[in-house]
Amino acid sequence: MTNSFADFKNAKMILVIGSNMTEAHPVAATFVKDAVLSGAQLIVVDPRRTDLVDFASLHVPINVGSDVAFINGVMNVLINENLYDKAYVESCTTGFDELKQKVMEYPPERAAEISGVSPDAIRELARRLASVKPAMLMYTLGITEHTCGVNNVMSCANLQMLLGNVGFECGGVNPLRGQNNVQGACDMGALPNVFPGYQRVDNAEAREKFMKAWNVPSLPDKPGLMMPTMMEGLTTGKIKAFYVFGENLANTEPDIHHVEHCLESAEFLVCQDIFPTETTRFAHVILPAAAWSENDGTFTSSERRVNRVRTASLPPGDAKPNWWIFKELAKRMGHEWASNSAQEIWDNELSVLAPSMAGIKYSRLEEDGIQWPAPSLDHPGTPTLHKNGRFTGGLGVLKALDWTPPAEVPDQEFPLTLSTGRRLYHYHTRTQTGRSQGINDLLGEETADLSAADAREKGISDGERISVKSRRGEVVVKARITNQVPKGLVWMAFHFREGCANWLTNPVYDPITQTAEYKACAVRIDKLG
Amino acid sequence: MSDTFILNGKETPFEKGQVILEAARNGGIEIPTLCYLRGASPTGACRICLVEVTGARSLMAACSTPVAAGMEVFTETGRVHQARKLNVELLLSSGKHDCMVCEASGNCRLQDLAYFYKITDLRFEKNEEIYPAETENPFIVRDFSRCILCGRCVQACNEVVVNRAISLGYRGAKSKVCTGGDQPYMDSICVFCGQCVEVCPVGALTEKKAVSLGRPWETQKIRTTCPYCGVGCQQLLHVKDGRIVKVTAVENAQPNEGRLCVKGRFAYDFIYSEDRLKTPLIRQENGDFREASWDEALDLVADKFKGIIEQYGPDALAGVSCARSINEDSYQMQKLFRSVIGTNNIDHCART
Repeated sequence: MTNSFADFKNAKMILVIGSNMTEAHPVAATFVKDAVLSGAQLIVVDPRRTDLVDFASLHVPINVGSDVAFINGVMNVLINENLYDKAYVESCTTGFDELKQKVMEYPPERAAEISGVSPDAIRELARRLASVKPAMLMYTLGITEHTCGVNNVMSCANLQMLLGNVGFECGGVNPLRGQNNVQGACDMGALPNVFPGYQRVDNAEAREKFMKAWNVPSLPDKPGLMMPTMMEGLTTGKIKAFYVFGENLANTEPDIHHVEHCLESAEFLVCQDIFPTETTRFAHVILPAAAWSENDGTFTSSERRVNRVRTASLPPGDAKPNWWIFKELAKRMGHEWASNSAQEIWDNELSVLAPSMAGIKYSRLEEDGIQWPAPSLDHPGTPTLHKNGRFTGGLGVLKALDWTPPAEVPDQEFPLTLSTGRRLYHYHTRTQTGRSQGINDLLGEETADLSAADAREKGISDGERISVKSRRGEVVVKARITNQVPKGLVWMAFHFREGCANWLTNPVYDPITQTAEYKACAVRIDKLG
Repeated sequence: MSDTFILNGKETPFEKGQVILEAARNGGIEIPTLCYLRGASPTGACRICLVEVTGARSLMAACSTPVAAGMEVFTETGRVHQARKLNVELLLSSGKHDCMVCEASGNCRLQDLAYFYKITDLRFEKNEEIYPAETENPFIVRDFSRCILCGRCVQACNEVVVNRAISLGYRGAKSKVCTGGDQPYMDSICVFCGQCVEVCPVGALTEKKAVSLGRPWETQKIRTTCPYCGVGCQQLLHVKDGRIVKVTAVENAQPNEGRLCVKGRFAYDFIYSEDRLKTPLIRQENGDFREASWDEALDLVADKFKGIIEQYGPDALAGVSCARSINEDSYQMQKLFRSVIGTNNIDHCART
C-alpha cells in the first residue's frame, strides 16, 4: 500500500475495486464503513454485490476481467471533460500523451460494451471520483488474479495519478494483501529476482554486498524461476528437488489434477509445515515446524508495517522454528551461520543489508511497529509513499494499456464464468481455521454461489447439490442462490478439499508475474442426474 | 486552540466539542463510567459518570455533557459519590451479579465500582431473571442476567465495526440487547467479530472457548500480530500455563484500534490440534512415512540436495517460501537457496 490503514476512516472519497473487504480483510473494512458514517462517499466496482455495497453511494458491477477497459473508459471521461489534475500530471508524471491517445480508443460506449455497465455509469463514476480530492483507491485480488493482472494494477495506478491522488494522506493506490506476511516474504527476498530489500540479483554491486555479508565466493546472477515454472519443471525433469515451506499447493494452485501431477513428478520433495496437508502426501521428507505464537519474529503487513510476533507457547514434540531448520541445513551443506534467533537475524543481518529497513531494529518494535522505508535509526517510518507526488523512482509512469479478455471465456459448452476467492469464516485451505474449534460450525462446506436467474434456468433450488464442471475438472457442491452474484457468474472459494474451486480453475498466468487467472474461467452447472 | 474550564478547582484546558469525561481524562482526572465508548456517540446510559456542575439543576453525565469555557466541574463531591453509589446498587440489583462464577470476575467495571463504593449488601430487591442465557453459538455466551444495558455492545456493533447486528429492543424492565427479530446470534446477521465481547464492561458477553480456563489475574498478556490476513491486527494473547486461553485486541494500537475479526479473535487454537506434525518424517519404500530424528532427516535432505547439485547443477533445485511465517524464516530460506545451494529459484505465493 502507498498509504496506511489509519487513512481509511478519514478518507472522504473511497474507490474499492476487486476487493471483498468485509470478508477478506474485515477489520480494514470497518474503517471504510466508519468513513462512510462520517460522510465519505464510497464507490464499489465489483461484479458481485459484496456486503460493502450496502454502504456505497455507487456500485458498478463490471464484468469479470473487464477492468482495463472500464478504467480506460473512466480516464477517457476524465480527460475529455477536463476533470483530471493537469498540474500533477505535468509535474509528477510521464507518459500522458501515450495514455491519452490510448484511452481515446475507449470512449464510455466502448468501455461499457466490454464491461457490461452503462456508459452513464462510467461517466457518473468519473465525475464523482474527480469531485473529491484526494480519493483513496483500494484493491485486492480481483485486480491481480487475471492474465492481465499487471495491466489491471497499472490501470489503477494510471487512474490515481491522472487524478493527482498519489502521494497524499487518504489517497494512493492500496492493495490489501491477502496473507499476514506476504508483504514480508517479498521484502525478505523470497522472490526469484531480488535479494532482501528489493536489491536485484542481476546487479553486480548488490551481489558483491551479499557475497561479503554471507561469506560466499559467488552468488547466482540470473533471476530464478517463479513458482508455476518451477512446478512445470518438475514434470519435465528440469527441477529435480522441490522444497515447499508452509504452502498447501495441492489445494491452492489452479487445476488440482495438474498440480498433483507436478508434485508427484518430483524426484525429491521436502515439505516443511505445521500440519500434514494434501501437499505433504507427496513429500519424501516432512519437517515439523513451529507455528505462529511458538517463536519470536516479525510480520510485515500490507501497510509496510513491521510488527512483532511473540512466543506464547512451545512447539509440540520435536517441531522446530523454521529459521533453525534452514540454519541446520546450511550447516550440513558446509555453511556456518552466526545468527541464532529471529532477533539476531533481523538486527544483525536483514536490517544491515536492506537499506529501506536499516532503521528498524527489534528495540524499536515494542509498540506499534514501524512502516518501511525507515532508512535510519532516527527515522519515524513512512506512512505515505511518494509524498506530494514526488515518486521514489523519479516521475510516475502513466502506461498506455489495452484490454485483453480472460484466457477462457464462456461458450456454448461452458456458458458461465467462474470467479473465486475467500469467505469470511475460513482462511485458504483451512489448515488453521478448520482446526480452530467452532469455525466449521459457522461454515461447514463449500457452495457454488449462483444468481436466481441461472438457478431457475436449470431448475436448481437453493441448497441442492449440483455439478460444476470446467475443462479441467468437476465438483459436486451445494448451490447457494444469492443476489450477490449476477446472472452468468458462479462464485466459489477454495477452503474445502471437496468442492474446492481449484479443481476447476484455469492454470493460465499473467506473463510478467505468473499470477494465475483464479478470477475467470468457463464452467457449466448441472443438476445431478 | 484550546479553552479552559475549572476541574476540581483547577484551570484545565479542553478542546471544543469535548465532553467533560474526555477533557477530565486529558487533565489527569479519571471519572468512572460503564457506558462510555471512545469513538462512538455518547449514550449517557449508565449514570455512573455523574459530576456536579456549578449552576446546573442536577448532576450531569460527564460522558455526554460538552464542556463550556469557564464551566466549573466537581468530580469527587459527597453528592456525586452518593449518587454513583446508588446507581451501582441499582445495577447490582438488576440482575445476577455473582462474581464467584462469573467469567468476567477480575475484569469487570461493575465489580470494581461495587468494591470501590464498599457495597456489601443489596438494599434493593433483586430483579428475577427474565431472559435465559444464549449459548448455542460456538464463540459468544450472552448472559442477559448479567447485562446492565449500558449499550456499549450496541455502540460497538453499529458505530465502530458497523456490522449492525444488534440494537436495544423492548422497553422498560423488559429491555434487552437484540439481534433483528431477537434471534440467537447464529440465526442473525452477526459475523462473530466479537467486538461486543471486547467492549462489554461486565460478564454479560464472554468468550465461550475461554470458560473456566483462567482468571484475568492468572493469565499473562502477550502482545502479538494476527496470523490471518495482511492487515496486521495487534492482539493480546491471554496465556496461562503456556497455553493461549483467549485473544483480545490491543486497545488504541495501530492499525486495528482495538478491533479484531472472527478469525483473529477466535481461530487461535489450531496450534494445539492433535494433528500437528511433531517429528520429522521420511517416506519409506512402501510409500508410508516413518518417524525420524532431526539428524537423520536433515542429513538426508542435505545429502540429497548435494547429490542433485553435483549431478544437475544448483538450478535443478527450487523452493517456495511461506507467506504465513515470520520474516526471518523467509530471509533464511532465500539465503539457503542463494548462498548455499547457489540458485535464485526461490519464490512464494507473492502474487496471489
